[in-house]
Amino acid sequence: MTSTFLLLALFLCTSTGGEIAMTYGMKATGEPARLRPKELLKFLGRAVCNGWFWVGIPLMAFSFYALLILLSWQPISFVIPASALSNVVGTLGAKYILKEDVNTARWTGVVLVCIGVALVSLDSIPLR
Amino acid sequence: MVLAMVVCANTGDLLLKRGMTGIGAVEFSGSGLAHAFRLTVTNPTIWLAIFFLIGFMICYMTVLSWADYSYVMPAGAFGYAILTFLAVIFLHESVSPRRWFGVILICVGVMLVGQTKPRTTEVVAPQKVTA
Repeated sequence: MTSTFLLLALFLCTSTGGEIAMTYGMKATGEPARLRPKELLKFLGRAVCNGWFWVGIPLMAFSFYALLILLSWQPISFVIPASALSNVVGTLGAKYILKEDVNTARWTGVVLVCIGVALVSLDSIPLR
Repeated sequence: MVLAMVVCANTGDLLLKRGMTGIGAVEFSGSGLAHAFRLTVTNPTIWLAIFFLIGFMICYMTVLSWADYSYVMPAGAFGYAILTFLAVIFLHESVSPRRWFGVILICVGVMLVGQTKPRTTEVVAPQKVTA
């Protein structure tokens, strides 16, 4: 049980850190002019030249492997909803690091997601 | 774009679960992780899952270029409902009423976030489109 929750915590930290770095990189890259394959390729080309992209990728890759291990330990209906805890950590990061305007409605939504995740997690019986 | 993101992510997750179930529980040691790594890179289901997850990544990057992270992240959680249905139908996992209620709360929360303004910050370096 302890190893499952430790790995889940590691997954949450690395995935949220990676996604915040990725968001910063994408905002710095700027949106594609049109949603056409050629424009998307140009956009991806610009994105991979951004330093924040390369900060985010290793963190996300680490979180991906942690997710693979979690999926081999627990049912998907536990692992995936439990990983939604990253909504809370990510919203805090968005507010204080990315300086996004997180209003009451958005926070309420996040809290509901958190309660839903808690219900889902409490209902699961860890295998170890 | 958000719908494509959700579909790719959940199809990828489902295929990952199927692939990893075939491999078995991963032993959390040096040799165990190395053995699991060898098995995952030679598993076609895992590669198909990775294909869908790359599709998710492209959609995700595009959406993040114009919308808030705190908006996109919960919007992606709409897939939980789809995923739970898929887990019941294809993986034959049992889902209790309490867990269903949790999934419903998650979806209501996501809908609330969906009512807010998608972008509240300025793009750091807007793209200049040249003729």
